[in-house]
Amino acid sequence: MSDAPKPAISVVVFPGSNDDRDTELSLNHLGADASRLWHGEERLPANTAAVVLPGGFSYGDYLRCGAIARFSPVMRDVVRFANEGGLVLGICNGFQILTEAGLLPGVLRQNSTLEFQCQDVSLVVERTDTAFTSRCEPGDRLSIPVKNGEGCWFADPELLAEAEAEGLIALRYAPGTNPNGAIADVAGVISAGGNVFGLMPHPEHAVDPVLGSTDGAKILGSLVDAARSAAFATA
Amino acid sequence: MPNDFELAVFSLLWSEHCGYKHSAPLLRRLPTAGERVLQGPGENAGVIDVGGGLAVAFKVESHNHPSAVEPFQGAATGVGGILRDIVAMGARPIALLDGLRFGQPDWHFKRAVAGIGHYGNCVGVPNVGGETVFDPAYAKNPLVNAMCVGLLPVERVLKAKATGTGNLLVLYGATTGRDGIGGASVLASQDLAGSDDKRPSVQIGDPFRGKALIEVSQELVESDLCLGLQDCGAAGLASSLAEMARGDAGVDLHLDRVPLRESNMEPWEIMISESQERMVAVVAPERLAEVREVCERWELPCTVIGEVANHGELRCYFGGEIVGQIPAELLTDECPRYELPQEERPTTNTAMEQVNAEPKTWIFQQYDQLVGSRTVRRPGLDGAVLRLDGTRGIAVSLDGPPVGERDPFRAGWSATMEAAMNVACAGGEPAALTDGLNYGNPERPEIAWEIARGIDGIAAAANELGIPVVSGNVSLYNETGGSPIPPTPFVGCVGLVPDVTRVPSRWRGGDTVLLLHGEGAELVRFVWQNAHRFSLAHDISKGSVELALHEAAEWSGIAGPTAAGANGPGVIVALAPADAASLDWPTITELGTV
Repeated sequence: MSDAPKPAISVVVFPGSNDDRDTELSLNHLGADASRLWHGEERLPANTAAVVLPGGFSYGDYLRCGAIARFSPVMRDVVRFANEGGLVLGICNGFQILTEAGLLPGVLRQNSTLEFQCQDVSLVVERTDTAFTSRCEPGDRLSIPVKNGEGCWFADPELLAEAEAEGLIALRYAPGTNPNGAIADVAGVISAGGNVFGLMPHPEHAVDPVLGSTDGAKILGSLVDAARSAAFATA
Repeated sequence: MPNDFELAVFSLLWSEHCGYKHSAPLLRRLPTAGERVLQGPGENAGVIDVGGGLAVAFKVESHNHPSAVEPFQGAATGVGGILRDIVAMGARPIALLDGLRFGQPDWHFKRAVAGIGHYGNCVGVPNVGGETVFDPAYAKNPLVNAMCVGLLPVERVLKAKATGTGNLLVLYGATTGRDGIGGASVLASQDLAGSDDKRPSVQIGDPFRGKALIEVSQELVESDLCLGLQDCGAAGLASSLAEMARGDAGVDLHLDRVPLRESNMEPWEIMISESQERMVAVVAPERLAEVREVCERWELPCTVIGEVANHGELRCYFGGEIVGQIPAELLTDECPRYELPQEERPTTNTAMEQVNAEPKTWIFQQYDQLVGSRTVRRPGLDGAVLRLDGTRGIAVSLDGPPVGERDPFRAGWSATMEAAMNVACAGGEPAALTDGLNYGNPERPEIAWEIARGIDGIAAAANELGIPVVSGNVSLYNETGGSPIPPTPFVGCVGLVPDVTRVPSRWRGGDTVLLLHGEGAELVRFVWQNAHRFSLAHDISKGSVELALHEAAEWSGIAGPTAAGANGPGVIVALAPADAASLDWPTITELGTV
């Protein structure tokens, strides 16, 4: 593994991003060449193999979560990158930004508890054939922490039925453990093209055994694998 | 004769909250020296050397009165304030803890918890511990104390001192408004009768700007762009610039340059406004352009509001005219200090309210415990453990007196010992302390006696432990209608963890569970020296062995023994049966097997 080439992954830093350093650290631990990218940049670096929008409180979440960050200068190029099939992962606030940017279906509402929730949750992997879950086995249960106030994914019945039919619900809270009232226990959603993924749990906080579970490495490690293939397939 | 502007400044800086006019003489009784101490009391925070080129800055601070008046913003801005104290030392905040005392888990309490989460979660600093106690004695005067721990290289420890005549004073962060005018004197240094009228004296927090302020400050110190940093907390610019101007420096301040968020503010209002999320940096003129560039990137206003002088005065100008001129020493070192008459009074402990035995998970689940990727041991039982580098770490705790303790000496001694024991139970060697002293009106002789006895208790415990108190805060006048709070010192402890992979965490099936009887420094030492052998260690802080075992079982997620007839004080430890036999402590009761 250590000899494998390191794909360049950009972790976007919005004003108010909090988990950008954690995400960079975890990706590098898993064999990526990750670096943080200021939101004011107009362009992604030319060698970018994947983009991660990290967790936090972009613009303080003072308006709807992610509603301001989606207008950050770099987002135009992130949308272009995604539309051209580039790998984009959104974690927590990053997921919220991706739904606001129209790259993923649904919205994220305030938790049904009306409180911020920080706890480990049990997740069921619904799909293992994606760029973000390839290191998982069918039926895998992952223990990864959530920490959010507005993590309740919602879609109207029509959109939900469509997402279910197209297999876009890649990750669910295990039955009976849904911490925020998300409809259909949805914890993570993938785009129809399979290259954009958003999830509320924080895989970057579940990589190092000293800090708890290492199940997050299955998500981020899958992304590193896919980014490596994308970057070096033709090399 | 001082003019009105000068009187306004004096009224704030000679308040108890800023000037420690009643408590300073007593605080000298605390031990403050030690070989690890890089900065003792008197600056924004204490700093200790933790080895390997790293230093830890930490301090506890109260925000009781604002939280009594408006719990959400009061508690939130308490977190914001202690964060900026740590940032002002040149450190990056890595953990928050809070000490809460409320009448009951009611709406008021829940709003304070939400406020703490609102600020801490949004600025991206994990909240890893502290304690909550419910006691009717705090119903009208709840206590919100917040502690922050920050990390910095040893060579970077900053002092809030203006140096170099002609250097610039740069105010950056939020604009200045009328919020929090007189907070330090109106709220923090009087009782709370008629507190509804005092609501406008509570500041409003803006954690998004607070986050930008942390990042800008980090960039300024990492790039050596500033020579000193000071936050604007209680008494606003008046306090921060008086601190900077002390000694023979002096400051020329142009109040008409301060960016305002309200119109027609008077010079004295600008001077003492407690608008949040502001800091002042001392910058050499040739570095100003770089400072502006950093602030602009983070979209923070940044204004040169004055210069360092050599006249030793705080000279304030508005529209070219001098509006105030005060020797800085008068505002700081020469603040009048009072020896208070003391009178002993009998005390009676009260029983613990049952609500204190209930799980507190719902409280700390509302806080981000993980951001920063350092949290090895999460909140919920005794101290938390944070990784520094490699496998080295620190254990941190914040504790008050046992529930219902009313004897002021025992309250001080016990809070200190419990803070140290909680660090030991998390596998840390206690290294230094911070204290937040919360009492009633010191002008009453029995309260003055309580304060003196409380400080004596902390000093006694610190001396037994052989560790210094490096920072602290005093909150007095915590009483309403003549009814003071019980003596409530909060004590925070930072301890050193040699190997974070070997700290006690959860007991395992088959472990033997023992009760080590006793209390005090000897037991603290024994616990941390043997911590690598324990799967779990938990002190009996609330008096009952049954409750301690129950808490340990909940924390571990696996049932263990229940006590039969054993009594505290002491520590319960779990370990492999083979290790249990060789444990060398004078009085041990075997409680059973997991």
